[in-house]
Amino acid sequence: MLTLAKNELYRLFLSPLAWIILALTQLILAYLFLTHIDYFVQIQAKIATIPGAPGLTELVAIPLLNNAATILLLITPLITMRLIAEERRNESLPLLLSAPLSMSQIVLGKFIGTFCFLLLLVILVSLMPLSLTVGSNLDFGLLLSGMLGLTLLLSSFTAIGLFLSSLTKQPAIASMTTFASLFLLWIIDWAGNSESSGLFSWLSLLRHYQPLLQGEVNSSDISYYLIVTTLFLIVTIHHLDSERLK
Amino acid sequence: MPEPLLTSRELSRRFGDNTAVNNVSFSIQKGEVLGFLGPNGAGKSTTMKMLSGNLAPSQGEIFINGYDLLSQPKQAKAHIGYLPEQPPLYKELTVKEFLSFCAQINQIPSSKAKLAVDTVIERCGLDNVTKRLIANLSKGFQQRVGIAQAIIHAPAVVILDEPTSGLDPIQIREIRQLIRDVANEHSVILSTHILPEVQMLCDRVQIINQGQLILSDTITGLSQHMQSSSLLIELTSPPTIDILNDINGVIKVEALRENKFRLHYQPDTDPTDILVSSAVQNQWQLKLLTPEQHSLEDVFMKIIQTEQVT
Repeated sequence: MLTLAKNELYRLFLSPLAWIILALTQLILAYLFLTHIDYFVQIQAKIATIPGAPGLTELVAIPLLNNAATILLLITPLITMRLIAEERRNESLPLLLSAPLSMSQIVLGKFIGTFCFLLLLVILVSLMPLSLTVGSNLDFGLLLSGMLGLTLLLSSFTAIGLFLSSLTKQPAIASMTTFASLFLLWIIDWAGNSESSGLFSWLSLLRHYQPLLQGEVNSSDISYYLIVTTLFLIVTIHHLDSERLK
Repeated sequence: MPEPLLTSRELSRRFGDNTAVNNVSFSIQKGEVLGFLGPNGAGKSTTMKMLSGNLAPSQGEIFINGYDLLSQPKQAKAHIGYLPEQPPLYKELTVKEFLSFCAQINQIPSSKAKLAVDTVIERCGLDNVTKRLIANLSKGFQQRVGIAQAIIHAPAVVILDEPTSGLDPIQIREIRQLIRDVANEHSVILSTHILPEVQMLCDRVQIINQGQLILSDTITGLSQHMQSSSLLIELTSPPTIDILNDINGVIKVEALRENKFRLHYQPDTDPTDILVSSAVQNQWQLKLLTPEQHSLEDVFMKIIQTEQVT
């Protein structure tokens, strides 16, 4: 399982795609980071006198993590699309299927490999606000809870992408459907503010991310992400298993 | 009789209404090379996919080295190596990286993995290309890498699905040589539609057509099928046709060009000995004596056609 994860990660880095994604994400987020800093410097003098005013972490680090989530929503489908769809297109899937591995090992291996790559992105993103510790004090609790949120969010992104990649032979289709599903789950709580939207807002990926960004670590939000991740992994395993019976 | 390494019992596979493989039962003994012969679309690849666990059968069971492939897939799969029609390769890896990965997913302990990789590289003649990317190798070498991944964990049974398709004649010869080497240490199931390949490589052959096994025989048995009952002879000073016709066992004599004759005889009375001795006695000056054989193609066509008629 870990062998598979290692192999997945290694092959990811052999393709220019991984490097380009890392570089461009970093570039865009660095620019956003700078604009947040700029804004903070402008208003710093005004809010310095107000007691209990938002600090550097609230005004720079948290918006940055918020932007990072949106950008990763666009990027994750590009990474997950190749997971199974591409193996299918290159007809390399029999290599794994005829090896003494269970389907869950194959799926988990692929999931872990991709998740590690995205984790690297989270770490690179967090390095930016952490660089501020040189000249100021950060609210580490808040930052950590935000990072936890981003990590959980990415694990559910990856599981959903992996599932949609297992449905098709065309990586492009996997990418499009993943993007559409993630985006739908992102905005699903916009469905109005009547009582019926309770379910929709519970389903929303974004709804469960916001409290974590405000430093509220609720077990319900954490379990939401864990449930989504587990659910899609199980469905993927089930789907690939049943494909042999088709 | 020892326990066969691989047994398939009443194996069937349907795709919707279409039955691709119907009630196929066979087994393979240790050290045997079994050829699966059939026209395209006969169900060869489907059978191979089922044997390797890539496709679940609609009915029937498969035992590999005593393990049921359906209920104990992990243990059973550890004893098979599989090379599909299209070799399953990660083309962005080098040969060595790829084979190390294969060693790991086939549960070879890391202490022995390096040795296994080196051995398989040597056996498959990949010494000069270990550091090259698989994508840049020729089709013949990619096929070798494919065979290498199938035998890296020293499986009991190696399943090769049309291993020589799409190669040039020199590569075909090399791959066949490699398969023969592999057969020295493993049992091999080979599917192909190229008949001479079966004659060259296999101990036993099974002909499959429209999803059903229609013949299962040893290569010697098959050669007997192929034995026809005619001799081609050339005599410098031939006697009249009537004299040849009177030789015991000869049914019919056909006169061909330039003192050549074709003698048809009854299968159980071979007139060769009598012919040779009377040729010496009467100074016919025998120049050529060839027992004529049907090619495997003829037999193949004959079997498939009679099957379709009935």
